[in-house]
Amino acid sequence: MTTLSREETEALIAEVLEVYPEKAKKDRTKHLAVNDQTIEQSKKCITSNRKSLPGVMTIRGCAYAGSKGVVWGPIKDMIHISHGPVGCGQYSRAGRRNYYVGTTGVDTFGTMNFTSDFQEKDIVFGGDKKLAKLIEEVEQLFPLHKGISVQSECPIGLIGDDIEGVAKKSAAAIGKPIVPVRCEGFRGVSQSLGHHIANDAIRDWVLDKRDGQPFEGTPYDVAIIGDYNIGGDAWATRIILEEMGLRVVSQWSGDGTIAEMMNSPRVKLNLLHCYRSMNYISRHMEEKYGIPYLEYNFFGPTKIIESLKKIADFFDDTVKEKTAAVIARYQPMMDDIINKYKPRLQGKKVMLYVGGLRPRHVIGAYEDLGMEVIGTGYEFGHNDDYDRTIKEMGDATLLYDDVTGFELEEFVKKLKPDMVGSGIKEKYIFQKMGIPLRQMHSWDYSGPYHGYDGFAIFARDMDIALSSPVFGNLVPPWKKAVVEEVKKAA
Amino acid sequence: MANIMIQSDAKGGLVFYLPKRDLEASIESIEFDTPEKWGGELKLDNGGTYYIDPIAKPPRLPISLRARRLGAAED
Repeated sequence: MTTLSREETEALIAEVLEVYPEKAKKDRTKHLAVNDQTIEQSKKCITSNRKSLPGVMTIRGCAYAGSKGVVWGPIKDMIHISHGPVGCGQYSRAGRRNYYVGTTGVDTFGTMNFTSDFQEKDIVFGGDKKLAKLIEEVEQLFPLHKGISVQSECPIGLIGDDIEGVAKKSAAAIGKPIVPVRCEGFRGVSQSLGHHIANDAIRDWVLDKRDGQPFEGTPYDVAIIGDYNIGGDAWATRIILEEMGLRVVSQWSGDGTIAEMMNSPRVKLNLLHCYRSMNYISRHMEEKYGIPYLEYNFFGPTKIIESLKKIADFFDDTVKEKTAAVIARYQPMMDDIINKYKPRLQGKKVMLYVGGLRPRHVIGAYEDLGMEVIGTGYEFGHNDDYDRTIKEMGDATLLYDDVTGFELEEFVKKLKPDMVGSGIKEKYIFQKMGIPLRQMHSWDYSGPYHGYDGFAIFARDMDIALSSPVFGNLVPPWKKAVVEEVKKAA
Repeated sequence: MANIMIQSDAKGGLVFYLPKRDLEASIESIEFDTPEKWGGELKLDNGGTYYIDPIAKPPRLPISLRARRLGAAED
């Protein structure tokens, strides 16, 4: 395909929106835009963080998903109780592949599901007693846990249970922190509010609990914030930071512990990867403890080098020297990867539709491989995300916010990218259309993709997807013969 | 009244942040900007205006304050 001009892209949006009723069309128009790099502020061209339109397919999650699934879930030595009916916890259990070290069921609980399994009588008479009993049982069965978080599901807010009261009382009884999180699924328009609520719960119940206690710090202490260790991402990140001479005090929250979180206010710099889900706590630490935060991007060598230099600027010359050495050491490896895969991937077009940080962060990695991102969008991004995206994307490319199933399908049919990066819900639709898809939520059961080690895997995975012979065989042989006959006749 | 946070951006300007609505906007003008008196009416780039009680210039940003909305931002 050829690259579309601005007018053609605008016409494409208008054409796709044609099928909607008048009111829906007006609403959806605001969420679709053609990228214009001259615009400083995204709100001039795209609206985001609004309620999804009833009746169209959205792939957004709920506040509970944002809190339990994203922010709290990966904290490995805590027990996260899904307080409410059994389904919310069970169907999201262990699906996100946030790796951790530890013995599951003994001192770590990452892939386990704890739930209060609400029945009719709990809705009628309230579930506070059940919660208190559950906490007692958990303490007996899993004595090595370091704390409990109570993740509310929808009914808790609807019937008005006092989980804060139970949490305070039970925490005193077992002598461990218990954090009530008011992340009922009906709150807000997407999982984004769940991130915010979870951040606020950490701020109020966890962060300041070790203030004033002795801590042996160094001038090189940093915290990795907003890295959920999907497929081992945070480990790949940590390797590089430690080679730079920094000491990683805490990981938020992939492979993280509650003790690490309590120690975070002592670090010198917060390294923020997923801006969307953890900017709240970073802002809080900047204000209360004077710890600056720095957004970085560890996808693809170009962005890694850029980020490493930015990080090193915060520290003294020894770190700067070590950083230069790290960059020099990995450069030949990166050159090898690019030399191997770039000729195979050069000029291929990608469309992305994911959440969090990836719609803008992975663009650099694709560009390092000679590929081009022709459309991108966030599930639950806000204006500040789009502000940052406009600069990363090429002119006249497509931006879509909370895109509906129909729109995304139509865009892909019209733009014909060589590959789509999205999630499991989109995967088989597009693969049946003959377009390879890599899941960019869970790295398609691969990973890590962060850091230098991750880039090697990223490049290999993209090559596997694009070079698979499967996609050349989508037309069955009997139909193929007809196609060729028609060609001959013509 | 709403809780807001004011912080400085990379270019030295001020950024207004309203956690409740997750609204981030840069501040175009601030009524009083002297060491003794700082605050007053804030004009945002999205068209909104807010008022904070003038205080002595804070030594360090970001700072959380209470603000009153004078004019809403267009959506």
